[in-house]
Amino acid sequence: MNFVVPDFYPAAAEIFVAVMALVIMLASTFARSIARGLAYFLTQATLIAAAFITIYTMQGEVTYTFSNLFVSDLMGDFLKLMIYFSMAVALLYGRGYLADRNIDKPEYYLLALLMTLGMMVMVTANHMLPLYIGLEMMSLALYTMVAFDRDSARSTEAAMKYFVLGALASGLLLYGMSMVYGATGTLEFEGIAQSVYQQVANETVLMFGLVFLVAGISFKLGVVPFHMWVPDVYQGAPTAVTLVIATAPKLAAFAMAVRLLIWGLFDLAEHWQTMLMFVAVGSIVLGNLAAIAQQNMKRMLAYSGISHMGFVVLGLLAGVVNGDGHFALNAYSSAMFYAVAYVIMSLASFGMIILLSRVGFEAENIDDFKGLNKRSPWFALMMMFVMFSMAGIPFFIGFFAKLSVLQAVVAAGYFWLAVVAVVMSVIGAFYYLRVVKVMYFDAPDDISPIQAPAELRVLLSANGLAIAALGLAPQMLMSLCAYALLASR
Amino acid sequence: MTDIPFLSLAIWIPILGGLLVLATGSDRNAPLARVLALAVSVAGFIVTIPLYTGFDASTSAMQFVELQSWIPRFNINYHLGVDGISVLFLLLNAFITIMVVMAGWQVIQERVAQYMAAFLIMSGLMNGIFSALDGVLFYVFFEASLIPLYLVIGIWGGANRVYAAIKFFLYTLFGSLLMLIALLYLFMESGGSFSILEWHKLPLAIEPQVLIFLAFLVAFGVKVPMWPVHTWLPDAHVEAPTGGSVVLAAIALKLGAYGFLRFSMPIVPDAAHQLAPVVIALSLIAVVYIGFVALVQTDMKKLVAYSSISHMGFVTLGFFMFNQLGIEGALVQMISHGFVSGAMFLCIGVLYDRVHSRQIADYGGVVHTMPKFAAFFMLFAMANSGLPATSGFVGEFMIVLGAVKYNFWVAFAAATTLILGAAYTLWMYKRVVFGKVANSHVAELEDINAREFAFLGILALCVLAMGLYPFPFTEVMHASVDELLRHVAVSKL
Repeated sequence: MNFVVPDFYPAAAEIFVAVMALVIMLASTFARSIARGLAYFLTQATLIAAAFITIYTMQGEVTYTFSNLFVSDLMGDFLKLMIYFSMAVALLYGRGYLADRNIDKPEYYLLALLMTLGMMVMVTANHMLPLYIGLEMMSLALYTMVAFDRDSARSTEAAMKYFVLGALASGLLLYGMSMVYGATGTLEFEGIAQSVYQQVANETVLMFGLVFLVAGISFKLGVVPFHMWVPDVYQGAPTAVTLVIATAPKLAAFAMAVRLLIWGLFDLAEHWQTMLMFVAVGSIVLGNLAAIAQQNMKRMLAYSGISHMGFVVLGLLAGVVNGDGHFALNAYSSAMFYAVAYVIMSLASFGMIILLSRVGFEAENIDDFKGLNKRSPWFALMMMFVMFSMAGIPFFIGFFAKLSVLQAVVAAGYFWLAVVAVVMSVIGAFYYLRVVKVMYFDAPDDISPIQAPAELRVLLSANGLAIAALGLAPQMLMSLCAYALLASR
Repeated sequence: MTDIPFLSLAIWIPILGGLLVLATGSDRNAPLARVLALAVSVAGFIVTIPLYTGFDASTSAMQFVELQSWIPRFNINYHLGVDGISVLFLLLNAFITIMVVMAGWQVIQERVAQYMAAFLIMSGLMNGIFSALDGVLFYVFFEASLIPLYLVIGIWGGANRVYAAIKFFLYTLFGSLLMLIALLYLFMESGGSFSILEWHKLPLAIEPQVLIFLAFLVAFGVKVPMWPVHTWLPDAHVEAPTGGSVVLAAIALKLGAYGFLRFSMPIVPDAAHQLAPVVIALSLIAVVYIGFVALVQTDMKKLVAYSSISHMGFVTLGFFMFNQLGIEGALVQMISHGFVSGAMFLCIGVLYDRVHSRQIADYGGVVHTMPKFAAFFMLFAMANSGLPATSGFVGEFMIVLGAVKYNFWVAFAAATTLILGAAYTLWMYKRVVFGKVANSHVAELEDINAREFAFLGILALCVLAMGLYPFPFTEVMHASVDELLRHVAVSKL
């Protein structure tokens, strides 16, 4: 038997991040006095270096390695870059917040890095096993991060809830994977696709497996009917952690959906599209309606996140019409664009909550934004950009995200879906408008000027301006999404 | 023609200027913000003048066209151009912006920079709406213009401003999102083009035509506003500051009516013909019923708001009779209404700034203390009720003539506006201005100052000039309206 040394080159970024995680662990043990700052800077440096490595090792064509467990393609590289970016921004936003509450321990950054590694593995998996390992790696790190403020009863409760439900979802996913394996005899996506295409797989078993897979994906995306954890966890977790949960993992979950459903089970598209239709409509309707009733900003953003993920799913389900996959690329790249746009908006929205929070005060109620225009016209403007962008009003990126998804839905002939989506968007606009109203029309209760570290102010401003700038010129990001998907197939 | 992109200038000078004004920051710099805003608005008006002087009235083709790829992924272009239908609205818009800046000069003392910037940015966006020839570009401007108006009503508005602002926003958003689906459908049907001019030539079956027409009807009907989706307008008008009311009445309402001419009629002509009776019926309800509603108002702003709805009903009536007199009359009526309703709101603003009441009952005998003002107000009230020799008469007369051609009873019902309009406007005028001095507030009134005299005077000149010699206005639109009618007469089935 020959032992073949696998090609490590395509996986250089993953290996680098894994090594750096160990380095940080050791460094923070031995350099206790400066451990906090050191861990933070090393983590940021790792993310930046990983981005360079990913760009440097980027290959035009699809490359497999580790006996086809691992795939390097442009979609993976693009999503990895977005993940580094959003993790780096989220950690920067959260740093002052964690320090104020004395929970900026080196372990936090270590967990963040391990979580990043988990997401990277998910994004590049070409096989159910690494996909699942990556997912668990991400999730376990996240559960711990939610519970990181261990003296807070609410955080602990949220972490417990997240863990129990997350473990259940992982179980469902694993069960689905085992059924697909039973039906097709392989765990590799290419092989599954082959076997489904040749119709040698047992249809019933495959279908059962598919239902469980969709359930697992839905949980990780946080969409109806597996959305129950989202508001509680968003509210309970320290805001810095909420920021992490609400951003990069959505991209990883999106990649998981693409790998499993589109790479693996594309020929069952009719079936999973029907399931996703319920998921999408449920999310958009429930997310928008429930958000209206919220007084807590984090809960409101959680429900708004559910409805945004509903739009992503809407893009995923518009790919194949009557067996015709002609518009598939268009639809999937719209969904990807939406997910990326959502991450950019979500970063800014939770960043604003962190900006307004101080030691002993969480600016998590909508009323805490009262009169922000008087306190800080600049950040009120930025928050207004975020809110209008989320509501899908031009000239902001959120509008073009909605436009591209709706365009895919209309092209697929699902007019009623488009109508439901836009009607719910009008209802959704109400709660975003309410935030703008509170900031601009109401008098402030608290007129103290905003205190925040300079780097948070600068980056948050850049984030807000990016939402407007990408709205004026969305072409590049849109075509990047389309190109990344095109080159990966 | 030169190569200077006048349309882009007309859009971006006010927007970028508005951002500049916004950058002046806090109210310590308020005088600077005011002067800067005035300079920007005048510059914005100056760049629209070549659009009129350089306009070739003999052709219906789009002029001053600018075409640049914007989002190639969806074949969305930065495509601008004006024809005889749209060109006058850019001038009107830029002109009204100057009036608004002047009207807010002293009244607005809080957050001056933001106030001025909101109006300037809105003005630029509205120029964008009137000149966009790409569906998405149009939609983007159409939606984005909601944001500044929402803020204007909500920040500087009256007691119930939050309700009015949110109602205004959601109503309009609902309509326009349905339009978005229609636009996406047209994009798909036309094989991937968002060009409005391409859509004009696109053949469509009757069923999609009807659905598209209804989507447009909701979008533009809310904006016009047509009965029964008009209820946001009185609320918005009453709560908005004077400048907001002026822009709302003079420009924002015209966007919906303009949409009918640019989208509904040429893109889905068969559906437009088929459903014209519905639109005409709704318009007549607006004219007659809303006219009666206006009669019983006790709040001056509300009264003028209802009168606007009634006048705009006249406009949509003119459009859907599909004859030259009707459409041209409606366009003239739109321009005239821009001047007259703007002037009416400015007059009410002048009174409100002094007495802080909009109730008719709080006034009486204003003529004794403010004779100059009373004269101006008289002229605008007459124009609002359609007196000959004022601009209000020309449009109404043309539409009624067009209606006689179309159907006698429609003309009959429409003509009641001449009586109703006179009744509610002049009755209000009488109660506010004539009679004995009603109370101490009125007795202490000071007559208009030079600044107020200036903007009311300019508007008065416009109203009279347009009433006496409307030819420069109708001349411009002739060729384009002709072409529109020819186009609409051909079935697309």
